[in-house]
Amino acid sequence: MDYVMPSLIAFVLCYALFKKVNVFDVFVKGAKSGIKTIYNIAPTLIGLIVAVSMLKASGALTMISDFLSPVCEKIGFPSELLPMTLLRPVSGGGSTALLNQALKDFGPDSFLGRCASVIAGSTETTFYAITMYFGAVNIKKIRHTLIAALVADFTAAIFAVLTVNLLF
Amino acid sequence: MSYIFVFMILASIVCSFFTDTSQELSASIMDGASNAVELLIMMSGMLCLWSGIMEVAKECELTQKLAKLFSPLLRRLFPDVKKDSRAFECICMNVSANLLGLANAATPLGLTAMQELNKDNKSDVATNSMITFVVMNTASIQLLPTTIATMRKALGSQSPFDIIICVWITSAVALFTALAINRIIQSFGGKKWTT
Repeated sequence: MDYVMPSLIAFVLCYALFKKVNVFDVFVKGAKSGIKTIYNIAPTLIGLIVAVSMLKASGALTMISDFLSPVCEKIGFPSELLPMTLLRPVSGGGSTALLNQALKDFGPDSFLGRCASVIAGSTETTFYAITMYFGAVNIKKIRHTLIAALVADFTAAIFAVLTVNLLF
Repeated sequence: MSYIFVFMILASIVCSFFTDTSQELSASIMDGASNAVELLIMMSGMLCLWSGIMEVAKECELTQKLAKLFSPLLRRLFPDVKKDSRAFECICMNVSANLLGLANAATPLGLTAMQELNKDNKSDVATNSMITFVVMNTASIQLLPTTIATMRKALGSQSPFDIIICVWITSAVALFTALAINRIIQSFGGKKWTT
C-alpha cells in the first residue's frame, strides 16, 4: 500500500517524458493551480471553520448528536458523525470544516475519524452539482434526480461505517 | 449558503446562552480562524504537488486514454446518446477527470456535456441521459481522495491513505445504488416524479 503513491507519480512522470511532454514546466503550471485552489477555498474555509468551532464550543453539535442519537443507534450509525453527514450534500466547505473538527476531536486514525474520512471521500456536494449542471442548461424540472442522489448519499454514510468496521 | 452561515453562528450564540459557555464561544472564534489558516498551510504542499502531477497526466493524454477505457461501460448507461457524438465524448472525459480528481477539468467538461445533451431537448424537463449524468456527478468516483488524505496527514494520521479501500467500496456501492434507482424509476415512466 505504501508504494501506491510513489509508483503512480513515477508512472505518470515517465509516461509523460516518453510522450515528449515538457514534464517539469507542466508540473509547475499545475502546481500553480494548486496554490490557486488554496487561495480560492481559503476565505470559505476560514469563515466556515470559525462557524463550526463556535457551534462546537457552544455545545450545539453535541445537542444535535444527542437529539438524534436514538435514531442512529437503531441503524448502527455513530451519532457523533451526524452533523457532518447531514451537511455534506448541502455544503462542501461546511462539511470540510466539520470533518476537520471530527479528525481533531477523535483523531484521524480512530474509528470515528476513519468513518468521517470515508463519508467525506465517497460523497459529493449533491445540491451544488445538481444546481450547477441543470442551471447551466436552464432545466427546471429535474424529475427524480434529487431522490436518486440523496439515496446514494445515505447509502454512502451507512457503507462507510460498515466498511470501516469490517476492514479495521 | 448565506442562510447556513448565519444560522450556524446564531445557533451557537443561542446555544451557548443555555449551556453557559460564553467564554469558550469567544475563544472559539479566534481559535477557529487560526486553525483554518494552519490547516490551509499544511494542506497546500500536498495539494500543489498533486495538482502538478495531474496536470502532467492531462498533458500527456493519460486522461483521454482513461476516457477511451471507460466508453464501453458508459455506452450502456447512456443508451440514448450516440457513441460518436460530442456529448458522449464529453461524458467520457468528464468521468475520467472525476476519477483522477481533476475537479477543475471535470466541471467544464460536464457543463459542455449537459449543453450537448440539451441540444435536442426543447422543453425545460430533464431527459433520462441528463439525469443519469448529473446523478453520476453527485456521487463521488475519485480514485485517490487526495484532499482528505492530505487533511488526515496534516492532523497527524500515521497512514492517511489507509481508508482508500473503504472509500472505493463505499463510493462504488453508493454510485451503483444511485444508478439502480435512476434506472428503476425511468423504467416506470417516471414522468410523475417531478421535483
